[in-house]
Amino acid sequence: MFKIINARFLAPGIKRFVIEAPRIARKQKPGQFVILRIYEEGERIPVTIENSDPDRGTISIVVQSAGKTTTLLNSLETGGTILDVVGPLGKPSEIAQYGTVVVVGGGVGTAMAYPTAAALKRAGNRVLSIVGARNKELVILESEMREVSDALMITTDDGSYADKGFVTDKLRQLIENGTRIDLVVAVGPIVMMKAVSELTRKENIHTVVSLNPIMIDGTGMCGGCRVMIDGKSEFACVDGPEFDGHKVNFEVLVQRNAMYRPAEQRSMEDFKRKQEQEEHACLAQGEQR
Amino acid sequence: MSPTTKKSLNVLSPKERIKVPRQLMPEQPAEERAHNFEEVNLGYSTELAQQEARRCLECAKPVCTDNCPVGVKVKEFVELIVAGDFLAAAAKIREDNVLPAITGRVCPQEDHCEGNCLLSKKVKPLGIGYLERFVADYEKKMGTHVVPNVPPTGKKIAVVGSGPSGLTVAGDLIQKGHKVRVFEALHELGGVLVYGIPEFRLPKKIIREQLDYMREMGVEFETDVVVGRTVTIDELMEEEGYDAVYIGTGAGLPQFMNIPGEHLNGVYSANEFLTRINLMKAYKFPVYDEPMLDLKGKNVAVIGGGNTALDAIRSALRLGAGNAYVIYRRSEAEMPARAEEVHHARQEGINFQMLTAPTEFLSDGKGWLTAARCVRMELGEPDASGRRRPVPKEGSEFDLPLSVAIIAIGTTANPIVQSTTPGLGTNKRGYIQASEETQRTTRKGVFAGGDIVTGGATVILAMGAGRRAAKSIHDYLTTGEW
Repeated sequence: MFKIINARFLAPGIKRFVIEAPRIARKQKPGQFVILRIYEEGERIPVTIENSDPDRGTISIVVQSAGKTTTLLNSLETGGTILDVVGPLGKPSEIAQYGTVVVVGGGVGTAMAYPTAAALKRAGNRVLSIVGARNKELVILESEMREVSDALMITTDDGSYADKGFVTDKLRQLIENGTRIDLVVAVGPIVMMKAVSELTRKENIHTVVSLNPIMIDGTGMCGGCRVMIDGKSEFACVDGPEFDGHKVNFEVLVQRNAMYRPAEQRSMEDFKRKQEQEEHACLAQGEQR
Repeated sequence: MSPTTKKSLNVLSPKERIKVPRQLMPEQPAEERAHNFEEVNLGYSTELAQQEARRCLECAKPVCTDNCPVGVKVKEFVELIVAGDFLAAAAKIREDNVLPAITGRVCPQEDHCEGNCLLSKKVKPLGIGYLERFVADYEKKMGTHVVPNVPPTGKKIAVVGSGPSGLTVAGDLIQKGHKVRVFEALHELGGVLVYGIPEFRLPKKIIREQLDYMREMGVEFETDVVVGRTVTIDELMEEEGYDAVYIGTGAGLPQFMNIPGEHLNGVYSANEFLTRINLMKAYKFPVYDEPMLDLKGKNVAVIGGGNTALDAIRSALRLGAGNAYVIYRRSEAEMPARAEEVHHARQEGINFQMLTAPTEFLSDGKGWLTAARCVRMELGEPDASGRRRPVPKEGSEFDLPLSVAIIAIGTTANPIVQSTTPGLGTNKRGYIQASEETQRTTRKGVFAGGDIVTGGATVILAMGAGRRAAKSIHDYLTTGEW
């Protein structure tokens, strides 16, 4: 059992949890993730680690509601518990002094881009960050990202905040302005990482992306998280999750992530129906009073 | 070898013993069990067990024990069954084997104790596995196993991995008075026993009972710890005060064939397929959240001929597969699976495509598997393994329509512990180097055994390594000599 020390929404559907996990807090490095399971009948899902505090023995994660498990997770409050949290998993980001690094965070991916940006900054790099979100409400960790970046650019798909457009627009501008870029790190939705990789491939800029395939054990046992890198199978949990964006077959990733869509939809519908029934029951009880 | 002259409790003469047929294991009818996950074998009754036990020739030099990786004193425990003292028989097994209810179910006895049974020269060998299972289950039913009481030594051992070899080390060392803590990466204890071996062959309840017994003896367990990531071997020894560490992290990354189409939806590794079912209970979806592709009425094939392959395809059958195939590139004689599993699989209606290998997986153009292109093989000259090498037959290609293909061709070393433990020697395939006699690694105080040393093998071989390691860890902790 892992205790939730603090839980609070950063944006609609996006919640940050501070969890008591002293062993993980001591070892966590940027780029790594945990796998968690909420209750006995639950599935194991990988969640990126946003930060850790080894002295307090806590880690923080940022979760966006998508399916049943993440929705259920986001219904948990301060003082609650999570049945299993295991990690830190995956290889840490390779932190070195590259020169100028562009860190791109898309949506909730910003939570994973943040510790990497911070570590790159500490390592003496010039960090230019680009954060993208669908709309104003969904822009997260703005002040945190600003703090660890030499410059922060923000885009929203609908223009409700900062500049209207996509993260790739900003990246293209940087390239067109003649900014010397030594490395691009992109974390976010697959379409975004793919678009970034396609853009930088033409410019020959080394690009690292963090992949999020379906995963079960996360320790290199089951092989469920295999991704196609340079035409060969690799395992995101032990060989990744970060890979050279120019070598990733993103189509295969999209295709494999869709493998259980019908079952996932069914789980979500059952869950919503149950929630509604419970709400009705609550309301009915309230009326009786 | 001849029956001993020592006074035997067995009233039958050796000739009469040979005439008693091997007592059949009662089992769930094939047509019923093919649709459920209940255990196939139902276990001997007291009468059947005693009748079977009376077949033992009580050899002066029992080769059964010599061929047992953990050295179970077979003759002695079987004599106790004949005498009707089943609890004493269980205690006798426990002197050498801390997991009898498990080995009695999953051990390939034909390769060990039963393989050289003197009876098998004329008739079927003694049902040693069935008898072991009987006494272990009897002991559980009576609820009266003995918890040894030994003075503490003050030494602490960390065991990495709660699979069969780790549990053996823990069970042996706790009985020597050492403090033992077992670290497990998954949320459930048991390693391959829980994520790999299906319910119908080894019910989870049996594993939980064995674990409860180990807890009673004082073994501590901690789940959700990936040693190498959550904590390193060096941290365990230097900061957490462990005097010795045993690494039993088991089989690693699943191997793929590197043929076109392996990335298609519907192509699984056996580890993933079995983990979804056994560990995550995907067969109980939607009560459990873990999903599984719908196999009802579908064509499913496993590629490989080991126990894992059979576990996977028999699970697929139980999930409703319309046609369930085993595709194996050699012939039945070379199949590494336990003889009983092959027999059970046939009874259940599994279709064996021997001397056949896939060369490509075909898709519907939208990323989903539709068929395996296969080629028939014939056996040529022996290869490095001593088995005859399968050679493709020209012009024998055919397409087998499939919705799901499960690849069960073995595993490679999981690199996590090795890559985070400086000075820990590995071989060229990435497995941990350990002495065959003492299981010592190249790092002082660090021992290793089971699949992480040998590559994929069996439960009992992993337990044998655990047994040797426990003995040499005890020697090291008492003498301080490395």
